[in-house]
Amino acid sequence: MSVRPVPAWSLAPGETPTVEAPGSWRAAISKEWAIGGSRGAVDVCVVDSGVEANHPLVGPLASASAVVREDEEIRLVDDEVGDVCGHGTACAGIIRLLAPDCRLHSVRVLGAGAKGAGELILAGLRHAVEAGHRVINLSLSTTKQRFAEELHELADMAYFNRTVLVASAHNLPVSSYPWRFSSVISVGSHEDSEPLTWYANPSPPVELFARGVDVEVAWPGGGKLRCTGNSFAAPHIAGIVALVLAKHPELTPYQLKSVLHATASNTLAAPEERE
Amino acid sequence: MSDEPTAREAAAAGLLGGDEATTRELLQSIVDVARTIFGAQAASIFLLDEETDELVFEAVSGRGEDILIGTRFPSSTGIAGFALVTRQPLVVDDLTDDPRFARDRARTTGYVPEAIVATPLLHDERALGVLSVLDRATDRPFGLAELELLSRFSTQAAIALDLLLHARTARAALAGDRDAALVGRLAALLQDEDKAAGRALLEALEQLLGGRKA
Repeated sequence: MSVRPVPAWSLAPGETPTVEAPGSWRAAISKEWAIGGSRGAVDVCVVDSGVEANHPLVGPLASASAVVREDEEIRLVDDEVGDVCGHGTACAGIIRLLAPDCRLHSVRVLGAGAKGAGELILAGLRHAVEAGHRVINLSLSTTKQRFAEELHELADMAYFNRTVLVASAHNLPVSSYPWRFSSVISVGSHEDSEPLTWYANPSPPVELFARGVDVEVAWPGGGKLRCTGNSFAAPHIAGIVALVLAKHPELTPYQLKSVLHATASNTLAAPEERE
Repeated sequence: MSDEPTAREAAAAGLLGGDEATTRELLQSIVDVARTIFGAQAASIFLLDEETDELVFEAVSGRGEDILIGTRFPSSTGIAGFALVTRQPLVVDDLTDDPRFARDRARTTGYVPEAIVATPLLHDERALGVLSVLDRATDRPFGLAELELLSRFSTQAAIALDLLLHARTARAALAGDRDAALVGRLAALLQDEDKAAGRALLEALEQLLGGRKA
């Protein structure tokens, strides 16, 4: 019996299960079809700890807002602080690396303390959804059940508005939101070093695995460092989604999920259609 | 008797309050083991103080062990703060390349690590604190399996922190009620060793006060 622990919501090292898709899909919907030569500006919003604008690995921001609490009231203001801990800049740099032509937006929801952070996350996500960005990266979650219903509504609103909400799955075997909802794309980590490699998961709720181990990321102060965690896997998929949407802007979130599933590195043609 | 459940609760709370030392030993054991397994310079458990919205060092193994207990910093800053508010574990290497981090860290703890692993301590719906490992050994890989291993420790640590919070709540409740505090202290004394005579005396007292018929 193996004593090696199996990650709760990540791809177990050395064990890549396969998934199947119709062979005709595999022929028509290739990775080359999906992202090959993709150019174009797609709006991608990072709801996180803020982003350091003009970092060499991040570039310019199309907009930067912050959700703050003033006199017990939650308000949206222009963000003049930037990144309060480094995480948002790291996520933004990954998205920029994969989708250099995207328009990056930042909504800062962290930094005002742990108390009441759930309300700030909800307000920031609502703003990002209502702004109509095509892609939203959310490398965080809440464990508070009372926020689940409103998050679910927001995730559905995004889905019907053609906004793709990419959310990092938990590394821990706990219930948290919104990554568990079927209207979002939930992402766990694999250990490969290739940023454009993703795997489909035959055992949801995590749907995709992307690079999340030992990732070189942008860090405030103009520098970079190396990070591991599902937080850094989600922006890989957000960047890949931006590439797909730049080339195929007509895709709805459910069509886009099908594309990502069909083009995943572990997807095979159904047995009867294999050569 | 209507008083009977209250007295029992107070006695139980008293016993629980007396368990803070044991819970602390458990927390210390968790950080000691985490530090050993990962060959790290230090491992720490932080408790979120919800009143002040700060993270507090509750257990430290290795560097800073003697001085950091009780040290506080704002709950949403730094790597530990990020793990807490995002509910996500993360590994950050090459931290000395970040001058802001190094300066802040040196000011609060006197020790600037190169690498941090931080995982939130989640119990039920709540994030109670953070478990962090500083400067793990670099001669072995740290991948998803290792992150999972640390997460398992974090589950233990979260339960231990929950016990600690219960113990403190019980103690605070007892401090506000003289009668309950007396019952709690007596109950705790009876646990120490064989106190049959004391127990008989208290039962006699209970009868005298009309609490229970002989």
